[in-house]
Amino acid sequence: MKQEKYLKLSGLEPLIVTPESNFINVGERTNVTGSRKFLRLIKEEKYEEALDIARNQVEGGAQIIDVNMDEGMLDGVYAMTKFLNLIATEPDIARVPVMVDSSKWEIIEAGLKVIQGKGVVNSISLKEGKETFVHHAKLIKRYGAAVIVMAFDEDGQADSYERRIEICKRSYDILVNEVNFPAQDIIFDPNIFPVATGMDEHKLNALDFFRSTKWIRENLPYVGVSGGVSNVSFSFRGNDKVREAMHSAFLYHAIKNGMTMGIVNPEMLEIYDEIDKTLLEHVEDVLLNRREDATERLLDLAESFKGDYKVNEKAIAEWRNGSIQERLTHSLVKGIDEFIEIDVEEARLNSGKAIDVIEINLMAGMNVVGDLFGSGKMFLPQVVKSARVMKKAVSYLLPYIEAQKEGKSSSAGKILMATVKGDVHDIGKNIVAVVLGCNNFEIIDLGVMVPPEKIIETAVREQVDIIGLSGLITPSLDEMVYLAKEMDKLNIKIPIMIGGATTSRAHTAVKIAPEYKETVVHVNDASRAVTVASNLLQVETKEGYVKAIREEYDKLRDGYLNRSKDKNYLSIEQARKNKLQLDWNNFTSVKPNFIGTKTIEVELNQLIEFIDWTPFFQSWELHGKYPAILSDQVVGEQATDLFSDAQEMLKKIVSEKWLTAKGILGIFPANTINDDDIEIGGTSSKFLTLRQQSQKTAGAPNIALADFIAPKESGKQDYIGCFCVTTGFGIDEKAIEFEKKLDDYSSILVKALGDRLAEAFAEYLHLKVRREIWGYDSNENLSNKDLIDEEYKGIRPAPGYPACPDHLEKPTIWKLLNVENEIGVKLTESMAMWPASSVSGYYFGNTDSKYFGLGKIKEDQVIDYAKRRGISTEIATKWLNPNIAD
Amino acid sequence: MTKIKEAIKNRILVLDGAMGTMLQRNNFSEEDFRGERFKNFPHTLKGNNDLLSITQPEAVKQVHRLYFKAGADIVETNTFSGTTIGMSDYHLEDLVYELNYESAKIAREVADEFTDKPRFVAGSIGPTNRTASMSPDVNDPGFRAVTFDDLRIAYKQQVEALVDGGCDLLLVETIFDTLNAKAALFAIEEVKEERNIDIPVMVSGTITDASGRTLSGQTVEAFLISISHIDLLSIGFNCALGADQLKPYLKRLVMSTSLSISAHPNAGLPNAFGQYDQTPEEMQILIKEYLQDDLVNIIGGCCGTTPDHIKAIAEVAKEFKPRKILETI
Repeated sequence: MKQEKYLKLSGLEPLIVTPESNFINVGERTNVTGSRKFLRLIKEEKYEEALDIARNQVEGGAQIIDVNMDEGMLDGVYAMTKFLNLIATEPDIARVPVMVDSSKWEIIEAGLKVIQGKGVVNSISLKEGKETFVHHAKLIKRYGAAVIVMAFDEDGQADSYERRIEICKRSYDILVNEVNFPAQDIIFDPNIFPVATGMDEHKLNALDFFRSTKWIRENLPYVGVSGGVSNVSFSFRGNDKVREAMHSAFLYHAIKNGMTMGIVNPEMLEIYDEIDKTLLEHVEDVLLNRREDATERLLDLAESFKGDYKVNEKAIAEWRNGSIQERLTHSLVKGIDEFIEIDVEEARLNSGKAIDVIEINLMAGMNVVGDLFGSGKMFLPQVVKSARVMKKAVSYLLPYIEAQKEGKSSSAGKILMATVKGDVHDIGKNIVAVVLGCNNFEIIDLGVMVPPEKIIETAVREQVDIIGLSGLITPSLDEMVYLAKEMDKLNIKIPIMIGGATTSRAHTAVKIAPEYKETVVHVNDASRAVTVASNLLQVETKEGYVKAIREEYDKLRDGYLNRSKDKNYLSIEQARKNKLQLDWNNFTSVKPNFIGTKTIEVELNQLIEFIDWTPFFQSWELHGKYPAILSDQVVGEQATDLFSDAQEMLKKIVSEKWLTAKGILGIFPANTINDDDIEIGGTSSKFLTLRQQSQKTAGAPNIALADFIAPKESGKQDYIGCFCVTTGFGIDEKAIEFEKKLDDYSSILVKALGDRLAEAFAEYLHLKVRREIWGYDSNENLSNKDLIDEEYKGIRPAPGYPACPDHLEKPTIWKLLNVENEIGVKLTESMAMWPASSVSGYYFGNTDSKYFGLGKIKEDQVIDYAKRRGISTEIATKWLNPNIAD
Repeated sequence: MTKIKEAIKNRILVLDGAMGTMLQRNNFSEEDFRGERFKNFPHTLKGNNDLLSITQPEAVKQVHRLYFKAGADIVETNTFSGTTIGMSDYHLEDLVYELNYESAKIAREVADEFTDKPRFVAGSIGPTNRTASMSPDVNDPGFRAVTFDDLRIAYKQQVEALVDGGCDLLLVETIFDTLNAKAALFAIEEVKEERNIDIPVMVSGTITDASGRTLSGQTVEAFLISISHIDLLSIGFNCALGADQLKPYLKRLVMSTSLSISAHPNAGLPNAFGQYDQTPEEMQILIKEYLQDDLVNIIGGCCGTTPDHIKAIAEVAKEFKPRKILETI
């Protein structure tokens, strides 16, 4: 006799999922992120009533109940434990299995510790890497639960058919072969994303889900497939008729393709056969991507199913009826500036003193903003919008305050902000400044490329309480160390906050903190800046906080110094012997269609399709991969709002020609000489590359970029290219214009978009180079997503980034292309490009070339490099410092 | 493969009978329970049967010996209440490791006296007297007198001592709350992993009444599913009911699993005085029906059973082949 491997779950009673089982309905109402009512009941500790929701679901046919307590203000572990303990005592609810749903492991584990049956964990994934994934899977097995695995990995959430099946396959192999997890206890969630969003890349979202589901069921034996169905209709929020139809049609097709269970709100489900035939056809056109204009047609049709237009107006009328304080707070929290002057004026007339309106009414509103942001319920773009409203309110009041001569309002502390000498990047710094400003700190912003003398002089003169330093390129790290040393020499006692893309807690602890007797603290996100600044300044917390930071950094430093000794390195000679050996005998280079240098002009609208949006959201501290981020449970709404603001501004940038895109490129004959240098034909210039020196596993080479170019002794002529592009001219003017209008939000937005356009330009030009100008891959036909995923042949590494961290390569590019004269982009003393929205790099056309990280190098290579570069070892050490092993 | 995994393929294994019933025959007094060592212990110790492994080891050994002589292949250590949770009633939490270790050691010594065929020692892991998925307070249903982590830590200590003392296998038994059992199984897995050992585990639940459910409310099938994540030697039922009332639930279990099946029922239901009257002969007839219906791989007795009962069971068990195991594809 044989038994099939089926998914078997249990509450007080069994639930066995066989091929004959119908689709398993998972109840979703006991989820604080999905049900406001449930959230309210849990918050108010009305567990009895919350149990009724669970009971209604089971009575209504839910075969599993999903319980989720992920909400910023809730103690998730407590709420999960308490609610599941109560369920356990209600046999009519406890008869079905529980789905323990959380993005936090401690909440999942708390849930697993109180269910006697076999439940389902929702969910785990490779998001944080294999190690965490394996660890959690092992524990889940030991607690005795099945698991939902999200199609999510280190690179983000899967949003194509290929990525979905690749991640699911990898997850499956790890779980089944390494963890020994029973295959029948694995349920994949291959991500349901919205369709009909109006964006081309979303057209396949439903179809890709169906195809992935089918592939998973056919190729990964015994597993199930699940998903959160309501996501698919995200763009029709407010139009229940269309949403219900979409859910049913989606399920109909998903189940046909092998979906076994799903999180479904039964109230938001129309019976498939009862869907209006025209609507069904339009919905299925969209889901199955059956026609080009499917989205437009459904959007048009949807209008006729729209019920209640008046909701919005009614909501407005409602909040306008509140008290003056309520209205001001509402405007600040929601970032609405429409009514702010009217309300401020009313408040001013009521109180008689303009300063009181700021100190009492507006501050009360901003405190709410601060609290919401601090607890993760508001996100950066919203806070920056709140700041805009606040600034408008204050500027309205200023003339009255001056007339009444009441003096300035008191601040929480004075903070100097600066991007250090040689660096031009300031988006992050500006965001932090705005957030601190919102929280009643007075900000003195010295801008970019600020020399250390000026920072120190201003700090002393203005008697600031904290100095905030920012930087994006690696030489800025040394500037920060230098500044700390100088301040120490001068016996200055002002704490320093460090932030910016290249900075890190480790660098701050190891390199900066030891140079300064006062506190140095690393703060890399705006949301923490306020807490850190308050802790540094409040008398009650200061002493303990400063001591704790010092201890933390001392410990980190010790750990770091000890660890770094463990790594083994090769000498530069050994590393060269172990270089990447490409088969030069059988190599034929593709002779470029064009050799020499040429400037490139492009219309901005040609660049839009090349934009990689994910980093744009990151710069606003909204984390997640585009486009999935638009429907993310936590930040989706904010991301969507931000995205639509960005689209709107982008239109203006293009139509009103705010910026100009300029670029230059060159392609030259080239050969590698002396292992690591690239000789450029027809010039006296050479590119110097750096070689990996850490000990590799057997068979793995120690790579340098030079390995991708044919060596001179091969006798084959090879080629190399380089480029510089910018979209930065015009940005500063626009940003200043916005700042004058007290609109920091738009000022930051235009800079962030400038950066994205420069990257898009680089992507666009690279494509042109591959297909036409060089033409080594004239048949290439890749989507934007493939471009972002670097699927193309050849690479375009940039000096200052992992493959070639040496910024001194930029002057060589500048010389070869005459960049400054041709397109106006300059290099600062730290080799940052000005304007900031610029990108430069090389082109390598070899099919075997690939991106890599140099890692740490040893002193012998630094000495060798200094000789090749013709500079002193000391100067070489200064430039390569972040990459030299201790 | 361990010896017991080999043996269970070839024959029906016989488990011992009641320990408590046998020890009661000694009519030990408070002083006997205390022995020399606990003479001046400030709390009452009478009734703490597990303690007898330390204060009256010969009596305990004699029970094991009688069961082996009667034909048992497996005896259970005298450790049914041997956790910090169970021992807290007697204020003997600190004695838990020693108690389990000594109990396993003396059972091992007796097992080694028998050389005719392999004899096994099963470390007995009881349910404790608290329950992790029910509240003892009707007015506060969310309250728990014990948590998963309390149980896991306590069980881990017991398991380590049982393994150190020389048990061949572990028996998580008389399960009235599956969550308690899951904590015990979690602890066993931890010990297995930390020590890199494999030790067979038997799991035995208890159906409390004619509702056909565990005390914590699970059906036979739900109970089975809830503990199936662990690699088990066998699954079964014991206690609470006599062999005849237990039979329908065993049948349901047999239909749902590919694991080996164990049963150690009581000697019938207790009479008005709390005594068990079912004779060895009566029980033998009922067990013979189990065998004819091809229900079990391991068979023994629980409350009220004696070496005579086990002898009668062993006699019929010899005549039958073990239940065929379903293979999972």
